[in-house]
Amino acid sequence: MNVQLLVEIYVFVLAVFVGFEVISKIPPTLHTPLMSGSNAISGITIIGALLAAGSLPGTLSATLGLIAIILAMINVVGGFMVTGRMLRMFKK
Amino acid sequence: MWLAALWLRAVCLECSKNKIIVQDIFIPIIYLFSAVLFILGLRQLSHPRTAPKGNNTAAIGMLLAVIATLLNNQILDFQTIFIGIVIGSAIGAVLAKRVEMTSMPQLVALFNGFGGSASLLVAAAEFYKGEPLLVFTLATITLSVLIGAVTFSGSLVAFAKLQGLLRGTPIKFSGQHSINGILAGVVVLLAVYAVLDPAQASNAVLAIIVISLLLGILFVIPIGGADMPVVIAMLNSFSGLAACATGFVIQNDALIISGSLVGASGIILTDIMCKGMNRTIWNVLFAGVGSAAEASPLEVDPMKTVKSYEPEDTVVIFENAKQIVIVPGYGLAVAQAQHMVHELQELLEGKGVIVKYAIHPVAGRMPGHMNVLLAEANVPYDSLYDLDQINPEFEETDVTLVIGANDVVNPAARHDVNSPIFGMPILDVDKSQTVFVLKRSMNPGFAGIENELFYKDNTIMIFGDAKDTVSKLVSELK
Repeated sequence: MNVQLLVEIYVFVLAVFVGFEVISKIPPTLHTPLMSGSNAISGITIIGALLAAGSLPGTLSATLGLIAIILAMINVVGGFMVTGRMLRMFKK
Repeated sequence: MWLAALWLRAVCLECSKNKIIVQDIFIPIIYLFSAVLFILGLRQLSHPRTAPKGNNTAAIGMLLAVIATLLNNQILDFQTIFIGIVIGSAIGAVLAKRVEMTSMPQLVALFNGFGGSASLLVAAAEFYKGEPLLVFTLATITLSVLIGAVTFSGSLVAFAKLQGLLRGTPIKFSGQHSINGILAGVVVLLAVYAVLDPAQASNAVLAIIVISLLLGILFVIPIGGADMPVVIAMLNSFSGLAACATGFVIQNDALIISGSLVGASGIILTDIMCKGMNRTIWNVLFAGVGSAAEASPLEVDPMKTVKSYEPEDTVVIFENAKQIVIVPGYGLAVAQAQHMVHELQELLEGKGVIVKYAIHPVAGRMPGHMNVLLAEANVPYDSLYDLDQINPEFEETDVTLVIGANDVVNPAARHDVNSPIFGMPILDVDKSQTVFVLKRSMNPGFAGIENELFYKDNTIMIFGDAKDTVSKLVSELK
């Protein structure tokens, strides 16, 4: 077990707790935007996609990375846009 | 904002003089900043007033993460990246602009699938780089492709069911659970094999991907249409966990943090949905509720009769009411009656009637679906009440209008221990003075359960298309 891995596990466990704390305060009215918004956040995998597509040009990894960029960007752009569209409809 | 941008630029220029600072300190710090923005964004989502700001906050976090990644000196080929970003953004934007609010569950299912498959591909790309991998990395790669593939194919099946491309009823065959169990076991064995013998890992990883895709399909097909809220919430959680697992593969804390946030969110929503149906997650996933085989012929007591009125006959009752509660269900979404219902609300409020909406946690096809549909029709969010808030009020309610909801208003859930929905929290609509139920016909709900509400003395059925009926009510009230 190296130190970096240990740190990653720390980060993971603490982030799960932060997630439970923050998300449990979101009212049922906003659960659909929460899902589409958190979906956009799971598009964070774009980081890995960019690295895969850009770092080894011409390899299988780069091709897989390109497809991953497209899919992750659909998730990110589509997710944030549709969430914004929904949230603007909520009026007092 | 501008100051921040200028500062960022200055820092970038300074750092370009020293590559190590950029690569090892500056980029990770921006990632941390992104993660903080995600958390703040989600926190602002706790109120409809601040929620649009929260969405923007999270989006800025994502933008920063992308920019930081592009500063990485391992990236050589910007052209490919540019093409990918443009194509993905364009598709995403078109989908987001075009989608109808009734189809939101399908879109979210589709996005879950894309997120899962992106994580799967990133893990696979890391594997096929051909660099020697640590045992731990190899193990996380297998985990990441497993979750990613199940999320992908499972989400596509959920999408097809919601979109009506596949039948909504559960697809079951004998030995289904044993097959799923065997396949899951094979995946675990293959993962162990890959880790023990890295030289042969290539085939094993490919096999894991294929079997996991199959597993995702088999896992969602036996689940019925009305249980879709649970499935979508769970796949949402999976898409986060896939990103998280990929974070361990490429050793990136931003993925780990963001992925866990989404994972936690999906788990909370899954739990809320299950509680809303008084069922365990295992029952939802494996019981296949709503299949044709299970819906036994109903024992309808011939002595029991329903009262049915034409919309025109009910106007007096509406006009004389002090408080009216509207209970929307999936039928309202199908009939696209939300705008009409809002018109009815405004008319009644103009006559001094208090109008409230009662939203059951599992109404619609995804968590919060009804709230979005009503928001689209300009219904103010403060006239929407959830189960705990509205239930004590039914006794003082003159008229309850049930539109396209069925099982969530069945009083049998409170007292009939033999009813399949016994124990499920329901809206106590039967306690109000008069209940109007808008329904197409007497066909029972998805689970094939007789609804005793329809036979109560204070219940009046109005048969027909929900939108037509409400528009008739509106024109009569005018």
